[in-house]
Order: sequence, then C-alpha cells, then structure tokens
Amino acid sequence: METPKIKLDNVHKSFDQKIVLDGFNMEVSAGESVVVIGGSGVGKSVMLKCIQGILIPENGSVQVDGDEVVGMSTRKIEKVNRKIGMLFQGAALFDSLPVWENVSFGLIQGKKTPRKEAKEIAIDVLAQVGLGADVADLSPAELSGGMQKRVGLARAIATKPEIIFFDEPTTGLDPIMADVINDLIVKSVKELGATALSITHDMASARKIADRIVMLYKGKAIWAGKVSEIDNSGNPYVEQFIAGKAEGPIAMELKR
Amino acid sequence: MNFLALVGRAFIKFLGVTGRLSIFTTLSVSHCFRPPFFMRLLMKQMIEIGYYSLPVVGLTTIFAGMVLALQSYTGFSRFGAEGAVASVVIISITRELGPVLAGLMVAGRVGASMAAEIGTMRVTEQIDALKTLSTNPFKYLIAPRIIAGLLMLPLLVFVGDIIGVFGGYIVGVYKLGFNPANYISSTWEHFEMIDLLSGLVKAAVFGLIISIMGCYHGYNSKGGAQGVGAATTNAVVSASILILTFNYILTELFFATTPS
Repeated sequence: METPKIKLDNVHKSFDQKIVLDGFNMEVSAGESVVVIGGSGVGKSVMLKCIQGILIPENGSVQVDGDEVVGMSTRKIEKVNRKIGMLFQGAALFDSLPVWENVSFGLIQGKKTPRKEAKEIAIDVLAQVGLGADVADLSPAELSGGMQKRVGLARAIATKPEIIFFDEPTTGLDPIMADVINDLIVKSVKELGATALSITHDMASARKIADRIVMLYKGKAIWAGKVSEIDNSGNPYVEQFIAGKAEGPIAMELKR
Repeated sequence: MNFLALVGRAFIKFLGVTGRLSIFTTLSVSHCFRPPFFMRLLMKQMIEIGYYSLPVVGLTTIFAGMVLALQSYTGFSRFGAEGAVASVVIISITRELGPVLAGLMVAGRVGASMAAEIGTMRVTEQIDALKTLSTNPFKYLIAPRIIAGLLMLPLLVFVGDIIGVFGGYIVGVYKLGFNPANYISSTWEHFEMIDLLSGLVKAAVFGLIISIMGCYHGYNSKGGAQGVGAATTNAVVSASILILTFNYILTELFFATTPS
C-alpha cells in the first residue's frame, strides 16, 4: 500500500482546559487536494500547525511521507518543512522585506539561491499569480488584501513544494477576488503536481479546490468523502454547515 | 482568598516566568554560536542599535556631565574641595552614569522597538511563516539582536563617556572658570583604566539584558495590538529594573571594599 503523504492518527491537542483536537484522524494521498471544513475555532489551523511541528500534540501520531513529526528534532522538522509551502490566512508577509524578497525567502534562506537569481525567479512566480514586475520592489504594506494573498500564494509555490497548505485562502476577500484566488490555487497545485491541504469555511472555495472534503467538528473528523458526495452526505452536521443554516445540531450545541 | 494562597500563587508564577526566561536566554545565546549566521541582519541591527542611538546617548551623557560638574562644584565648594570636580566627573561618568544612562535610554528606544516588531510578527503569524520556510526564528530574529546589543552598547558607552567628560569640561572651563590645561591634567591624573573597563563590561551586560527582554516579551506576546502594547511596556520596564539591579551587582563585584 502506498504511504500517505500526510497522516494524522488519533491526534489530541488542548490549550489549558480547552480541548481542540480530540482524536482527529485523516489521511491525504500524494497528489490529492483535501479540504478540511468546519466552523470558526474548531481547530482547523491547530491541525495544520501540528503537521508543521509548530504545535506539538499531547497524543497521537502525525506523519509526513511516513516520517513521524511528533517528537522530531527542530532540525529535522525544518527539513520536513522544506517540502511544504503555506498560504496563511492573513498572508503573513514579512513587513521588513520587499515583495520579491518575501516571494524568494525560501529560495534564499532554504536553498541558498543567489539574491540576483532569486529576484528573477520571484518576478516569474509573481507573473504566475497575475502580478507584474512593478510590484516586486513594493513593501507588503503598499498592497491591497487580494494582492497580499497573491504574494502569499507566490511565496508558497516559489520553492516548488511537494505539499501546499492553504489556511482560509479566501477569507476577507470579495467574491470575485476569492474566485481568482481559487482558480490560482487549482492552477498552481496542478502545475506543480503537489499535494494540497486546505482549511476553509467557504463552501464555494471548498467545492472548487477539493478532491475530497473532511469535516472537523469538536476535535474529530465527523465526515469525509469526495466533493461530489457532500450534497448527499446524510450527515446532519455537514448538511447544516453546507446549507449555512442557523437551525440544526450545531446550533443546538450553541444554545446549551 | 487565603493570603498564603495568594503569596504562593504569585511565587509559583514568578518561578514559572524565571524558568521560561532562563530557557529562552539559553536557547537564544546558544543560537548565537551555531550556524547559519545572518550577517546582513546583524549589520542592520548594529546600525539600528549603535548608530541610531548615538544622538540619544550623546545628548543624555553631555547634559549628565554638565550637571555633574555644576553640582559637584557647588557641593564641594562648601568644604573647599572645588579642585576635585574634574576627577569626580570622569570617575562618575565612566563608572556609573555613562553605562546606566545609556542602558536606560537604549532600553527605552531599542528594547521597545524590538518587542513591538517581534510582537507584531508573532500576532500576524510572520514567526509561524518563518518556521514554515525552514528558518529558525531564534537564528533569524533573536541571535542578530542579541549579538548587536552585546557589541554595540560598549561602543555607545565609550562614545558617551567621552561626550559626558567633555560636557563636564565645558561647564568647568567656560562657566566655573577652571584653567583648561589644569582641568584636563586633573582629569587624566585621577583616571584609571578599571573605571573605563568596568563601565564597558556593565554596558555589555546591559546590552544583553535589553536585547533579551525585548526579544522575550515580543516573542511571547499574545492577543492583538493590546498584547503587543503590553509586551513593549514589559520589555522596557523589566529591562530597566534588571539594568539597575545588575548595575549594583557588577559594582559590588568590581569595587566592593570591606570597611576596616
């Protein structure tokens, strides 16, 4: 059997008394695009950070390419992260660096690419996400939210990673810009042949970029299936979430 | 709540902070000696801490030297010891006022800016982004600031010492009417290398304290703008208190004498 690209097995993570992940299980195969959906604060970002070794789960196993990340040394985690690119929710661009240095940061620091060559690559990658060379020397603060997201995407794909994480890629964007970002994500993942793991509560985005969808609720994966199956999931939590209704089992929980 | 429980809780909290700070300091210092080294960032921090702090330190020490000359003259004239002004100025500036004033001013200027910058990076996920780009934040953000603080504070204090002594000279010669040659010769006569060296050692320790406090509070800031604001305040306050505490400890180590 082929080793999954990413595997989370019975992952538990809590902050003080608050349990965030409570036995979460998920597998992502190589070349697959999986989207994890769920309400705000259910632990989607925590799950991503556990895979990258930024947060350490109390229990369970997190594997990337069959390598156990939990308990791994910082140096080895850095090596694992070289396979991963990430688009952050707020883009998380480095304010102190111009746009081109943000895009080529992984190349300069991780792959020791000379700065001149790195700038040329950055301009090429910026073009792939629809931004001109004139943007390269600007500071991130001079860009709009949509442009910052595109620079964040350029940074995520610049090192040609095997795995790309997208953390709420369309949050805070207007519907047209959100669709532009979704298209860019699909295009970039396809061109790189990468494995993609996204987290979102935007169903339009999930339907567009996912091969498979996993729903996270109360720290557990309560449903998983192909994107075509989500409308007939038979799971009341999923049905309520995709319909965006206030009434339903999730609302019942909120009322208690 | 029980009074003892309150004291106990405060004490446990204090131990927790001390432990976290010790681990942070050990990690930070160990990363200063392990490659990769970010020379470009180190140069940037050296300019930020050293060059841009020069006006603040220069202005502080020149006025400190001037006031010191004036005060010692008016005080010493009560028992006819006006001639000691030059020696009092140089000893006070090099041993105490230079390092302490420079340390406190740089803590306000640089410590606050470090905490605010790193704190903002923390709350906007830029530090997480560094990790996902296989860059250790301790090496990229913290080690250059610690090395720069350690190296630049002694240089700043050395320049501040010269400016402070010059401030005393201006007041001594142009206001109090000392003979310039006598003032200079009196300054040299009572100057000892240990005065300068002890001040520079203090400065290096203060530089380390300022950088570590700025980085620690920024790196551990939480929340949003409010968290960054609190981190900035805590960085300046804790650095200032530690500077004054370590000033006493180092003075005791260098100059402690037992009364006969």
